[in-house]
Amino acid sequence: MIQIQNVSKWYGQFQVLTECSTSISKGEVVVVCGPSGSGKSTLIKCVNGLEPVQQGKIVVNGTAVTDPGTNLPKLRSHVGMVFQHFELFPHMSITENLAIGQVKVLGRSQDEARERGLKLLDRVGLNAHANKFPGELSGGQQQRVAIARALSMDPICMLFDEPTSALDPEMINEVLDVMVELAQEGMTMMVVTHEMGFARKVANRVVFMDQGRIVEDASKDEFFGQPRSDRAQQFLSKILNH
Amino acid sequence: MLNNLDFSVIPLALPAIGKGLLFSLQLTIVAMIGGVILGTLLALARLSGGKWLAGAAKVYVDLMRSIPLLMMILWFFFLIPLLTGRPVGQENSAMITFTLFQAAFYSEIMRAGIQSIPRGQVNAALAIGMTYWQSMGHVVLPQAFRNMVPVLLTQTFILFQDTSLVYAIGATDMLKAAENAGMLYGRTVEMYLFVSVIYFAICFSLSMFVKYMNKRIAIIR
Repeated sequence: MIQIQNVSKWYGQFQVLTECSTSISKGEVVVVCGPSGSGKSTLIKCVNGLEPVQQGKIVVNGTAVTDPGTNLPKLRSHVGMVFQHFELFPHMSITENLAIGQVKVLGRSQDEARERGLKLLDRVGLNAHANKFPGELSGGQQQRVAIARALSMDPICMLFDEPTSALDPEMINEVLDVMVELAQEGMTMMVVTHEMGFARKVANRVVFMDQGRIVEDASKDEFFGQPRSDRAQQFLSKILNH
Repeated sequence: MLNNLDFSVIPLALPAIGKGLLFSLQLTIVAMIGGVILGTLLALARLSGGKWLAGAAKVYVDLMRSIPLLMMILWFFFLIPLLTGRPVGQENSAMITFTLFQAAFYSEIMRAGIQSIPRGQVNAALAIGMTYWQSMGHVVLPQAFRNMVPVLLTQTFILFQDTSLVYAIGATDMLKAAENAGMLYGRTVEMYLFVSVIYFAICFSLSMFVKYMNKRIAIIR
């Protein structure tokens, strides 16, 4: 579903990604973790072309994201993405947030989009808030709406860029629950997160990044059992024993 | 001296002043609408990242902002007939000049407004498959406009007051009409006082309107 091949990226002189390669098959859940500044958020933004790469190749569902001729809007319309800071559109009601992509990008009718939006809102347990604005919801609620917005486009895979790191601790679980459910339904997911509990529960593989490189790419059991690299061992002991 | 004032001439001058006021308002509205449209395009050009497009827009804005409006009004009035070979008329000339001039100021306000929208909002719009222009039209500009309304309207007050500068090319706005009437009846002071009150009334009620608008369209954060 997603192939990342030898991807390197620079911001000016500074190299943020070095020769990153990994792949995610259909139905797989891959957690990407690593210390801050390791390039994991940058890597996930390259997958749907929000960040350009200077070297290497990324292919999503058979389409080369890194080809200059690729119709990126079309590709992105079926790759869902959830952001650290939710990024709901603050000038639109929740219903409008859920409908805008369906109407403007997929060409669905307002009624159809509304109905689908309400269904998804029900699924994330927020249908009482349909007519509110994002600013009236808590962070956890906003993030659940953001997941519903991504799902409203009927994505073939989902990218999560630190979906819980901007949340108050007591709201993290309500978001993770939705993600776990999604994973169990067989959604292909690439998740940048520090939530190792989530990784243990649903991930098939864990990718560990450090200083722009993929240092470790292992099955969940391997990774949590005995990571090969020292860096991953240190990282794990730091975040598991706090 | 003040008890020599005689306001009885005001009703006589009202039709002329009303006509002048109408022109001032017309000029303000035309320049505001035209300026916002052109200003938005200029702002988008400056933010486009295209070297030539952004450069040209920057030169335009810098030029317009460094020349006094009065001079622009005169230049335009005398230059255009020279270039095109036919006169455009004082009123049309004023409307075109004001629009071009306002566009430069609005574009700077718009640019700041557009830049105030976090990059994440654009990413979110692009991530659901919107094109660059869709993300601008549905996500960035609607938010930017809301943030900018107070500044845009303040700039529009200035514009409304500046319409009095068209006297330089012999167009008759409210101030000029009042001045003419004052001369005619020998009551200049009264006329100036009277139009001051009108300017104040209009600008004050507009600023009340701005306050009301701000409350209504503010984005809940």
